[in-house]
Amino acid sequence: MASEALPLSWRRIPERYCLIGNSCENCKTNFFPTRKICPNCRRRGKLADKTYSGKGKVYSYSLVNVVPQGFELDAPYVLAIIELEEGPRVTAQIVDCGEKDVKIGSLVKMVFRKIKEDGDEGVIHYGFKFGLVK
Amino acid sequence: MRDVAIVGVGMSKFGEEWNRGFREIVIDAGKKALNDAKIKGEEIDGMFVGTMAAGSLIGQEHVGALIADFMGLTPIASTRVEAACASGGVAFRQGYMAIASGLHDCVVVGGAEKMTDVSTASVSDALGGAGDQEWELFMGATFPALYAFMAKRHMHEYGTTEEQMASVAVKNHYNAARNPCAQYQNEITIETVMKSKVVASPLKVFDCSPITDGAAAVVLMPLEKAKKYTEKPIKIIASAQASDVIALHSRRSLTELAATKIAAKKAFAQAKLTPKDIDVCEVHDCFTIAEIMAIEDLGFFKKGEGGKASAEGKTRLDGEIPINTSGGLKGCGHPVGATGIKQIVEIAWQLRGEANQRQVKDARIGMTHNVGGSGATCAIHILEKGF
Repeated sequence: MASEALPLSWRRIPERYCLIGNSCENCKTNFFPTRKICPNCRRRGKLADKTYSGKGKVYSYSLVNVVPQGFELDAPYVLAIIELEEGPRVTAQIVDCGEKDVKIGSLVKMVFRKIKEDGDEGVIHYGFKFGLVK
Repeated sequence: MRDVAIVGVGMSKFGEEWNRGFREIVIDAGKKALNDAKIKGEEIDGMFVGTMAAGSLIGQEHVGALIADFMGLTPIASTRVEAACASGGVAFRQGYMAIASGLHDCVVVGGAEKMTDVSTASVSDALGGAGDQEWELFMGATFPALYAFMAKRHMHEYGTTEEQMASVAVKNHYNAARNPCAQYQNEITIETVMKSKVVASPLKVFDCSPITDGAAAVVLMPLEKAKKYTEKPIKIIASAQASDVIALHSRRSLTELAATKIAAKKAFAQAKLTPKDIDVCEVHDCFTIAEIMAIEDLGFFKKGEGGKASAEGKTRLDGEIPINTSGGLKGCGHPVGATGIKQIVEIAWQLRGEANQRQVKDARIGMTHNVGGSGATCAIHILEKGF
């Protein structure tokens, strides 16, 4: 999808800007992004918002050379699955590094960045990326 | 529940078919399947069509009705089925259930995708819809990147190498060169793969299945009726499907597809068989690492040994378990909605002894494994020679 609807970006602000997910008080599982139904407890679950620390480690990664529309200026970039210290995993870019700087297990911390632009006159989308902890 | 059989199969030549559109390739495959089944249009009472992204790729929705129209089959019940790259396998399962239940007596199941009418970037965007748009694609993920995550973990946990992955592409091109319907008719070497451009490390161009136009179709009937139409009915002895969380990052493990393992377990239980009983298998090799994980998850090899087994030739035509005799998604091509049906067509040809240069000797039982997205849908079928 080359561009994303403005209301959708707006709805996602708490999650994408502040890393707010939720947690089930019944089974103590943490979720990101937020879920409206706990997949473990279903209707017995009790979900409450939870803000994540933004600290985590690299679970897997790749240097992406062929990038989707809207990411041309970033290419190539390191994209990773980050395991947050509270448990959930997210997909995000790792900034200011080359492929050789990253290893499975590398410590990272969330940073706030521009994700992409929808063309010259479109919306600029922001959200989380990660930086290596030196 | 009635026993169900395949009485006719057909597929279009897979490739970059610039002189033919969606309708033409579907009708080509459909006509071949109907001719093969030796049935008249009036005998067909239902149709299912698997297609993933006709809306994004050719601006056409409502393809169930469109195909019924251009096949001259109105007013039959015709339904489009979508499950990303597993659209074909899931459509086949719908056809199977329609006959098994007794609601329909003769069903055509097709699968098709017309992918070369738009730019490569637009194809990538359309296929991206198989993942989690808001949390994977939005962050800059592509399908090669998602499978690269799996490859990196597989290398990390089991020592799988890039050369082992390359051997999957080499084997699938070898088989494709023996399949006149395949997109690629040329053999390649490990060096070809290793020297190709990196798409998303460690995956290179030759680790990835291509963009393809293609369609495939099969005709299904109750087994007892099938024997009146063909001397070579193919019996469907298992049909299983499973789902998983859509985003790869939410999976417990990146080195297996849980949906594959669950669907396989169900399919083997239905057929009362084990992996050792399978003579030939078509697996979903959208990327080379996907074939390595599939042959482990289906139980042909232990977890972590798929790469080594591939490099040792155990999955070749003359190996322990021939995998992707059609050339797979890598060699035969991957018109996403058609792939699941093409797998069925190839296994039917193998069991009927009609696979010519790529024939597996005495093949009696075959299996198909069709995956949607990065593994959130899996459809598995086991077919048996019914003669």
